[in-house]
Amino acid sequence: MEVATHVPQAAIRGNGVSFDQERLALEIKNLNFFYGNGFQGLKGIQLGIPEHKATAFIGPSGCGKSTLLRTLNRMYSLYPGQRAEGEILFYGKNILDPSVDVNLLRASIGMVFQKPTPFPMTIYENIAFGVRLYENLNKADMDERVEWALAKAALWGEVKDKLGQSGLSLSGGQQQRLCIARSVAVKPSILLLDEPTSALDPISTGKVEELVHELKRDYTIAIVTHNMQQAARVSDYTAYMYLGELIEFGATEELFFKPKRKETEDYITGRFG
Amino acid sequence: MNSLQAETALYKKRRATNAIGLALSMAAMVLGLVVLLWILFVLLSKGLAAVDLNMFTRDTPAPGSEGGGLRNAIVGSLMMLGLTVLVSTPIGILAGIYLAEYGDESKTAELTRFVTDIMLSAPSIVLGLFVYAILVAPMGHFSGFAGSLALSLIAIPVVVRTTENMLRLVPGSLREAAAALGAPRWKVALMITLRAAKSGVITGLLLAIARVSGETAPLLFTALNNQFFSTNMSQPMANLPVVIFQFAMSPYDNWIRLAWGGALLITLTVLAINIVARVFFREKTAGH
Repeated sequence: MEVATHVPQAAIRGNGVSFDQERLALEIKNLNFFYGNGFQGLKGIQLGIPEHKATAFIGPSGCGKSTLLRTLNRMYSLYPGQRAEGEILFYGKNILDPSVDVNLLRASIGMVFQKPTPFPMTIYENIAFGVRLYENLNKADMDERVEWALAKAALWGEVKDKLGQSGLSLSGGQQQRLCIARSVAVKPSILLLDEPTSALDPISTGKVEELVHELKRDYTIAIVTHNMQQAARVSDYTAYMYLGELIEFGATEELFFKPKRKETEDYITGRFG
Repeated sequence: MNSLQAETALYKKRRATNAIGLALSMAAMVLGLVVLLWILFVLLSKGLAAVDLNMFTRDTPAPGSEGGGLRNAIVGSLMMLGLTVLVSTPIGILAGIYLAEYGDESKTAELTRFVTDIMLSAPSIVLGLFVYAILVAPMGHFSGFAGSLALSLIAIPVVVRTTENMLRLVPGSLREAAAALGAPRWKVALMITLRAAKSGVITGLLLAIARVSGETAPLLFTALNNQFFSTNMSQPMANLPVVIFQFAMSPYDNWIRLAWGGALLITLTVLAINIVARVFFREKTAGH
């Protein structure tokens, strides 16, 4: 989905950090989020997510990092009562505007979840399902797309001889890469990864992390992680959140080596969290 | 505590309670099983004598005549059951999808659920009378269609509730994953959740069929019976439960014999459907 792409660079600030060179894929302005019971999950979030970079969200459990991710594709709107206020600009267009079609939005901003969720169908159909929603491909083109997506997720070699088998027959790590392939197959512009490796063993985790490096050439990545080393390894920018607020945001190296805020330093050095 | 012989009063009491509880539940189980096996034994000993080729090839005998079979009743029952499945499957499954996937906070769904629960526990004779009043009385005669309608009214709520329950067992993460690809809600429901719950939904359908295949009361008011072979569903139709009911109360030996045969046939069919449903459900869910 192509949207207006002009972004006034001077206006782009994420909590004191300005990106002079970066073009922003998402720009979050004064975002507040409320659960159905009235609890405020996010408080005045200001943040820019640069294009073709990996941005990590870290913070203790319950700090709102997953909640923030779920506002970016309006996943929260599946649940009546939850609501977001403020603006989230996707290349300039406010996706919180009620006129935005959530299905088209989610086709442009894909999401991979904590637990692998293969659909109860064959590996091939798992990939083709999402593609068929918005594209009418013939058999040859679809075969090509399935292979391309599986190759992107570094899974093609392992499954190319068993595309007709159930997606549930794969191992946990393979299932998660299948889910990544499924999201990539619909060619979104942004990929949201919600703790994508927390249910995986170290080897599978390593594979997924390598993938993030690969994928950010073509996609903008936002990743929520519990694992600070992972954030340091895979991301270009890192946001530290606590109790629904964005405490510090900046280039990953700076945030980890020269944090500006005391709270951030306490968290990343393990004195808290 | 450092010894394995803690014979304190508390521990002794707990062991005694455990023994009593276990004995009571074993007794209850034995009682239930004995009754079930008793029924099967009586049915087999009296019904097997009636089972022969004639039972499937000849129609119900006229009063006072010799021999005869149940062909017209078997065919009538199968036709009415078939129509019942055709009617109640789509209605039941679609209503179940509505309740599980769309009806979380809506008043309509709450009302539907409430009415379905009432229908589930409504005496079947009431449903039969209802169909008699709205269909049989205006038409002026009993019919196979009316019989199917009455059976459908019994089957639909069973299908609705099992479909809803099975869909609710599907983890929300699967729905979110499909929605995250940009799938509209109806596609998520039909292509992902329903597919994930398929074996449970089919099991519910089979159990609904098993439930209605022995219903007698609603058919007495709707399909009634037909002494002759007929496949015309707008006319009164022979069916196993009503034939059993009438023949068992008759003074003729061959009628009583056929009633036992019919009872055995229905019981074995229901048993077979139940076993198929169980095996099917277990195999499909074990594959996950």
